[in-house]
Amino acid sequence: MTGIAMTTFIDIVLFSMLVATAIAIVRMRSLFAVVMLAGVFSLLSALLLVTLDAVDVAFTEAAVGAGISTVLMLGTLALTSRSELASRPAGLTPLLVVIVTGAALVYGTLDMPNFGDPNAPASTHVAPDYIAQSPAEIGVPNIVTAILASYRGYDTLGETGVVFTAGIGVLLLISGLRRRRREEGDEE
Amino acid sequence: MIRHHLILRVITKMLIGPIMLFALYVQFHGDYSPGGGFQAGVIMAVAFIIYGVVFGLATVQQVFPPWLVHKLLALGVLIYAGTGVVSLFLGYGYLDYGAFTPDHPEHGQHWGILVVELGVGVTVTGVMVAIYYAFAARTPAISDEDW
Amino acid sequence: MDWDFIVGHVNYWLFIVLMMTGLYIVVAKGNLVKKIVGLNIFQTAVFMLYISVGKIDGGTAPIFPTDMKIDPAVVYSNPLPHVLILTAIVVGIATTSLGLALIVRIREAYGTIEEDGIYQIEKDIAAEEYRLHNELKSRRS
Repeated sequence: MTGIAMTTFIDIVLFSMLVATAIAIVRMRSLFAVVMLAGVFSLLSALLLVTLDAVDVAFTEAAVGAGISTVLMLGTLALTSRSELASRPAGLTPLLVVIVTGAALVYGTLDMPNFGDPNAPASTHVAPDYIAQSPAEIGVPNIVTAILASYRGYDTLGETGVVFTAGIGVLLLISGLRRRRREEGDEE
Repeated sequence: MIRHHLILRVITKMLIGPIMLFALYVQFHGDYSPGGGFQAGVIMAVAFIIYGVVFGLATVQQVFPPWLVHKLLALGVLIYAGTGVVSLFLGYGYLDYGAFTPDHPEHGQHWGILVVELGVGVTVTGVMVAIYYAFAARTPAISDEDW
Repeated sequence: MDWDFIVGHVNYWLFIVLMMTGLYIVVAKGNLVKKIVGLNIFQTAVFMLYISVGKIDGGTAPIFPTDMKIDPAVVYSNPLPHVLILTAIVVGIATTSLGLALIVRIREAYGTIEEDGIYQIEKDIAAEEYRLHNELKSRRS
């Protein structure tokens, strides 16, 4: 068994667990269970990311997906409702949409390079330069950090800005700062 | 405020220290091992969130008041963007860290990455804690018995 | 379609299966919290597809030894997708929380987080406005 076939085997095992979790999420009525399964889904995908050599990403996914996002979703459930109402039967339309979209995507993968191909376009353009140059130019062992903070510093500045903006948005929507101030003003 | 189970309270108190220490490790060791500002910010925020979940919102807001959180989440972006401005004034390009130690650009890169990651970490901590405060401060629509 | 082609592409197809499960939740389910969970599944599947494009056969995680003595024989996986996706995950949770905050406000305004319920209320409001409009028009003439 070559290395890539072994990886594929592990991937398939993790995948069946991921798909089982996703299908359970589709079928569950209790939103509490749905949120917990979403946490399980995140942890499983973090495992899969480790097999794909993306340790930094796996780390982030485990901390964010299973930690913060579960807490926030539970907070939302406490403010809204606990279970999903039985809605109209979905019918065949969503299934049809999903199958057509999926088929189009599969068609799109047919001319993609093989998984793990070292000569894939994605791995031959700038990435080898980053790996070859970063010891001399940046001198930081973790290449991901070197690219994140130095080569693509503008990019990360923008992402930080997006996180900041989303935080301000949440504060404006539900923090009730203005309402509280107005109530205090009424009392005076 | 509901007092949670004794074991929960004791374990939480024991865990908060190591969680914060781990966040700092991830923050400042990000050049050498997996990690960096984004992960460290999330982990640091988790330390405050777990404290708030177990001991109540009022208690955690005494330690980490909302006005401070709101200042921090802007401060992080300011640190990041400010680093670029400093390197501009030193006669280099925006966010060109070589500016900090002109005779040894590699060291400048180290400094730059450290400062910039600190900015990211501060913003992410601030945003996550602020979002948690915003959700937790609302009156719940579901009573505790319904869960 | 030989064996190599299938082994090399089955990964992508499995990611697409996951993506489509997420899309199905978004399209078919009426509960807004569940829609957000569906979007998260879709998002995670896209992340994994991206990362799998950067995987190189026999490669390892893109981190040099601490002493920077780099062995030229070691193959490192492509670090660029890792950087893009790492930031995308944190941006993803920030936008997810924005969506959740909107859901909280919707619940306060409509009293429900089911799509059908919100649609019904909107329809009632529209019908009421239409009725008022017609009343005014007939009074004017």
